[in-house]
Amino acid sequence: MKVYAIAINTFKEVIRDKIFYSLVFFALLLLGASVLLSTLTLGERSKIIEDLSLSGIEIFGVIIAIFVGIGLVGKELEKKTIYIIISKPIKRWQFLLGKYLGLSLVLLSYISVMTVCYMFFLYAYTYKLPWQTLLAVLLIYIELLTVTASAILFSTFSTPTLSASYALALYVIGHMTGDLRRLAEKTGEGGVKAVLNFVYYFLPNLEDFDIKAKTVHAIPVPADYLLMSVSYGLMYVTAILALSVLIFQRRNFK
Amino acid sequence: MIRTEGLKMEFRVGFFRKRVVALKGLTMEVGKGEVFGFLGPNGAGKTTTLKILMGLVHPTGGAAWLMGRPISDSSVKRNVGFLPEQPYFYDYLTASEFMDLSGRLFGMRKREREARAGELLDMVGLSGAKNLQLRKFSKGMQQRIGIAQALINDPELVVLDEPMSGLDPVGRKQVRDIILGLKDNGKTIFFSTHILPDVEVICDRVGILVRGELRAMGTVDELLSGTRVKSVEMTFTGVSGESLSRLERMASGTVTRGSETTATFGDPEAASMAKRLVFESGGEIISLIPHKSSLEDLFMEEVEKRK
Repeated sequence: MKVYAIAINTFKEVIRDKIFYSLVFFALLLLGASVLLSTLTLGERSKIIEDLSLSGIEIFGVIIAIFVGIGLVGKELEKKTIYIIISKPIKRWQFLLGKYLGLSLVLLSYISVMTVCYMFFLYAYTYKLPWQTLLAVLLIYIELLTVTASAILFSTFSTPTLSASYALALYVIGHMTGDLRRLAEKTGEGGVKAVLNFVYYFLPNLEDFDIKAKTVHAIPVPADYLLMSVSYGLMYVTAILALSVLIFQRRNFK
Repeated sequence: MIRTEGLKMEFRVGFFRKRVVALKGLTMEVGKGEVFGFLGPNGAGKTTTLKILMGLVHPTGGAAWLMGRPISDSSVKRNVGFLPEQPYFYDYLTASEFMDLSGRLFGMRKREREARAGELLDMVGLSGAKNLQLRKFSKGMQQRIGIAQALINDPELVVLDEPMSGLDPVGRKQVRDIILGLKDNGKTIFFSTHILPDVEVICDRVGILVRGELRAMGTVDELLSGTRVKSVEMTFTGVSGESLSRLERMASGTVTRGSETTATFGDPEAASMAKRLVFESGGEIISLIPHKSSLEDLFMEEVEKRK
């Protein structure tokens, strides 16, 4: 009930913010642009639209997850609205979880609207509905959930600007963990390898969530791969949120 | 209702993590049904104390209890209402939505939330603005919605941080009346302030906190009982010539308006001698007012000590 109250309030907070709408507007603009760009291609028009649209949905989703995510806790601290909440009989973990679920709900709405628009554009121009790309959308959502959790984690102990940089860095590195693994293998034995391996396992492997190219080119994605990726994402989110709660629990609101 | 024992708070600030002591072992008690004014200059540690009681900061030493239960037990907040200093609210919410959110955080049912919100918005005079977003609220309205949200759960204990600061005289009177209303309903009120005239009117007891230490605690009368008469102001008429010059020499200052003269005497003895002189020279006394130390003088004395 209390988590739900915070989540709904967070949902209202984001939905009533102009920044959110400008991001959604640009994301829609990119979808429109993908249709225009597809006319320049020699290959299959639908592939270009699908590829660009899915990437656009992901990138703007990540921007929303990071920049709104760091503000969720950061703004509460900065504006001191948290005083009103924490002084009521609510536990700090309930507050943090509510904030997280609120933004997850916003992202779910965002991704649903974008997907409907994307499918609409595609059908209007190619008379085809590539249902298999919805699997890519599902994993983009799981990726966004992971990025949101990391943005919340950073904002529990850092300033909004630094949190945004950390979360962005984590997103970029998260897409390069494969390279880290290969680098670890090439360095042979020793401390460096151990450190690289640790970083590889510790950071989120966001590349696992990227099946855009596969679905666009109709390469089948095994069900157990999907299941593993979704479970991995949700477990990672749980771990990050648990860590966030541990830090937030000890925090003094000055 | 509130008990603290040796409450200590230290902060580390700045790049070099400089140690700042905000509270140096605060021990105090506030009883049921009391209106307790927590006084002190800016930076005395009042807000820090309130934040510790509300679980917003963790003390570095000592312990505190609300209604007999340790402050770490968050369920104790079920019976507490809190208004922070210069409150900021979710400005994208309307007054009703904000009250509803507050009620939800206490786990209140929908019908109960709606009834209570309506009642409280009415009490603080905001029922006409219930569908207005909080960003459009004036400072006084913000303070009143802040008080309303603090009372949504009909708390036994109401903690208010500087409820009157930044308000105009009308706003201050409204807040004062609300506090007195709560007192009539048997609530315990603990509030911090540096607006002293209000304190004398509404508080049963006060505590004076200076640089993290409790310097004085008791009823306003108790605190002022040891204080002497500072000066006596006498207004008279019908005295002239040599007698008037003598009176003027005895007084520390005189002001003459028409036929009336007001003279101020540094001590009661000088005043009674002057009184005799006025009668002897056939004059008439219009008023005689002894000035005792006020809470403000006591407050200033405590602040100035060991500066």
